[in-house]
Amino acid sequence: MNRKIVNKRLDSLFKALGILTTVFGILVLLVLFIDVFLDGASRLSMNFLTSFPSRKPEAAGILSAWVGTIWIMAVTALIALPLGIGSAIYLEEYAPKNRLTGLIEISIANLAGVPSVIFGLLGLGLFVRWFNLDRSVLAGGLTLAILVLPVIILSTREALRAIPFSIREASYAVGATKWQTVYFQVLPAALGNIMTGVILAMSRAVGETAPLITIGALTYIAFLPQPPVTFSGGFPFMHFSLQGLFDPFTALPIQIFNWVSRPQKGFSVNASAGIIVLLGITLAMNSIAIILRYRQRKKTRW
Amino acid sequence: MFRKNKFQKLKEDLIEKLLFLFSLVSIFVTVGIVAVLSFETFAFFKEVSLLEFFTDTQWTPLFVRKHFGILPLLCGTLLTTLIAMLIAFPAGLISAAYLSEYASEKARGIIKPIMEILAAVPTVVYGYFALLFVTPLLKKCIPGMSGFNSLSSGLVMGIMIIPLISSLSEDAFHAVPMGLREAGYALGSSRLQVSLRIVLPAAFSGVCAACVLAISRAVGETMIVAIAAGQQPRLTFNPLVPIETITAYIVQVSLGDTPHGSLEYRTIFACGMFLFVMTYFLNIVSYKLRKHFQQVYE
Amino acid sequence: MNNVAFNITRMRASYGNKEVLKGITITILPNSVTALIGPSGCGKSTFIRSLNRINDLIPSFRISGDILYRQKDIYDQETDVVELRRRIGMVFQKPNPFPKSIYENIAYGLRIHGFTIKETLDEIVEASLKKAALWDEVKDNLKQNALTLSGGQQQRLCIARTLATQPEALLFDEPCSALDPISTAKIEELIHHLKKSYTIIIVTHNMQQAARVSDYSGFFLLGELVEFGKTQDMFTAPKDKRTEDYITGRFG
Repeated sequence: MNRKIVNKRLDSLFKALGILTTVFGILVLLVLFIDVFLDGASRLSMNFLTSFPSRKPEAAGILSAWVGTIWIMAVTALIALPLGIGSAIYLEEYAPKNRLTGLIEISIANLAGVPSVIFGLLGLGLFVRWFNLDRSVLAGGLTLAILVLPVIILSTREALRAIPFSIREASYAVGATKWQTVYFQVLPAALGNIMTGVILAMSRAVGETAPLITIGALTYIAFLPQPPVTFSGGFPFMHFSLQGLFDPFTALPIQIFNWVSRPQKGFSVNASAGIIVLLGITLAMNSIAIILRYRQRKKTRW
Repeated sequence: MFRKNKFQKLKEDLIEKLLFLFSLVSIFVTVGIVAVLSFETFAFFKEVSLLEFFTDTQWTPLFVRKHFGILPLLCGTLLTTLIAMLIAFPAGLISAAYLSEYASEKARGIIKPIMEILAAVPTVVYGYFALLFVTPLLKKCIPGMSGFNSLSSGLVMGIMIIPLISSLSEDAFHAVPMGLREAGYALGSSRLQVSLRIVLPAAFSGVCAACVLAISRAVGETMIVAIAAGQQPRLTFNPLVPIETITAYIVQVSLGDTPHGSLEYRTIFACGMFLFVMTYFLNIVSYKLRKHFQQVYE
Repeated sequence: MNNVAFNITRMRASYGNKEVLKGITITILPNSVTALIGPSGCGKSTFIRSLNRINDLIPSFRISGDILYRQKDIYDQETDVVELRRRIGMVFQKPNPFPKSIYENIAYGLRIHGFTIKETLDEIVEASLKKAALWDEVKDNLKQNALTLSGGQQQRLCIARTLATQPEALLFDEPCSALDPISTAKIEELIHHLKKSYTIIIVTHNMQQAARVSDYSGFFLLGELVEFGKTQDMFTAPKDKRTEDYITGRFG
């Protein structure tokens, strides 16, 4: 009888411990948000968003940082999405079971576990030095693209695997080819889950700092990459240029890192303000992904 | 009668070939990493002996009196990893057990997305948090502590890794068949007894896989330690003084103006190679454990 | 000989090392319903799934023998599988509509075969739904997602989808196994109507169903075709002892 009571006590004790531990993580997150917000909110202004970095903390802003981040993300997405989704389609829908396929799968599994700083070293050795891209937007975008590639492949494969085989059978049975089946039936059905994975992968790329530092992204940049489209008064009014790809860049997390590592109080305030912006972007992307997944789950099941 | 449509066949073939090429990129990247690291590492070891690299107790490539002993960096890496795991193992496992065995469906629905956000916070933000919030806080309790130290970066890293262990272990707990639990309850066990004596042992290899993966993540973590742990390679297990990890050293050199092709430049590739091999082995171990676990239950 | 739909001799099939069909010889006549019965695992599904080569999707699947449809070898190197599957339609065990609108489910087969004119599509969609006896129930909600239909409606939609590409033969692989009796009756009635214009083969493990809908029946057992003949003859006076045992419920 006594033992039973002890067991029951232990049981509720453990439950309390479980709640406490789980809440602990959430609490830390909350403290972090509040801390950053208290430090940085006062610095957040239109001026902060539209100024270049400066020696004087009060005058410094994140213009070159967020523009650089958008550039990098665009390049990363343009390269990683087709490559990642294409690889996943090949592996799920086409690949024969042979040694080469096995090798591809092992490579992907291995890449998914490689520390991000190593991707930076690859970018440095391959893109910056060997391809002579220097510390350009293109080199940064390529580096982050191969960093998120395994993440996109793995999540896309999972999304494709969730589509029942019967849907494919139905498509083949009315005389569809393999690509027609994939393009018209499997991909649209899996799109929600694919997008969830892609958004999560991109939100990871937004915050990546180490690989960009390793390839030598500059921390102080007072100009912007040349925009891809410029407008002028005379004919033909619009000019397209990819020159910006080869311009040096900085990015939001790098700017934050730069400010954090400076001893002056003013810069750490700037860092907090930058973090608010960065966290805003990451959290927004994650929320979209979580909502998307939730809605996908609520949809009719097969 | 069933004549083939030549154009359609061609299009199908082209698409398949293209997708195949796309998937080859992953192999190229893997080969690229190994090639770049090996190339520079090889050049590095032409000038520095393997013996010095593995036995010298000082790491001072950027000084006049150069020493190339990886031990201090390795020590820093292991120290921060150890501290992180002291936090992440118990916390991750307890919260996994809670989520899988105790929590209601509704609680899980709220907690899991929050855990995901905890894992999604960029590491540079955690670095800021370790340096400018945790360290000042700890300093109030431990007066002798330095402004840069492995304790606060390890602690924050541990918190960052909790969601990883928690979600992977929870998956492992989930894979344990309900029948085993029911057998336990039928014998009059309490929930805790079932969790600890039946579910945990049954899911053990899966949980180990999660923990090993967490170690690998901690070993490769860069920004937190680059910001908050200092830049002083030191062969010590004192958590209160500045140290330097392998990853932080790579960042330190990258920030400076090290000329391409110099020995200093090559040190980061040698460090990268060391790190790559270390995490690779950890990942393989984790993978094997997971495979073993899946064989038992799937 | 001209009036034969499928002409199959010594058909052998296996998944990996497991042989599931051990030399099937059978002739199937057009505009008739042929029912294939037998206990589960006897190879009748494999048989029917080989006729439109949908089993090609399973990597370990191997097949041999002469499998002719309208005197042409289905497994010939030169055979266009896509065209073959359009002309030999299939309805599966579990209803498998695409997660799209009712209209798109039927229009899909037409679109991929090059039909683009909206009026033509509308016409064929309506005609197919009418043939599948579903039109009256869904004509006002063609934009509705097909997954919201009931199981029986979904299966009739799948039949309509198959009819839309104007096939000559229809393969039914246990089409009622996931349906309630009322839906089953509707599908059976439908099959009865369709036989005027199509060659129909239906796999079923329900002997009453075979007796109700078919003109010819084949009894499969352990990968062999034990008996084949007019349904009436087989159910009243089976020639083989094993058939008799199965029909009278002594095993299976």
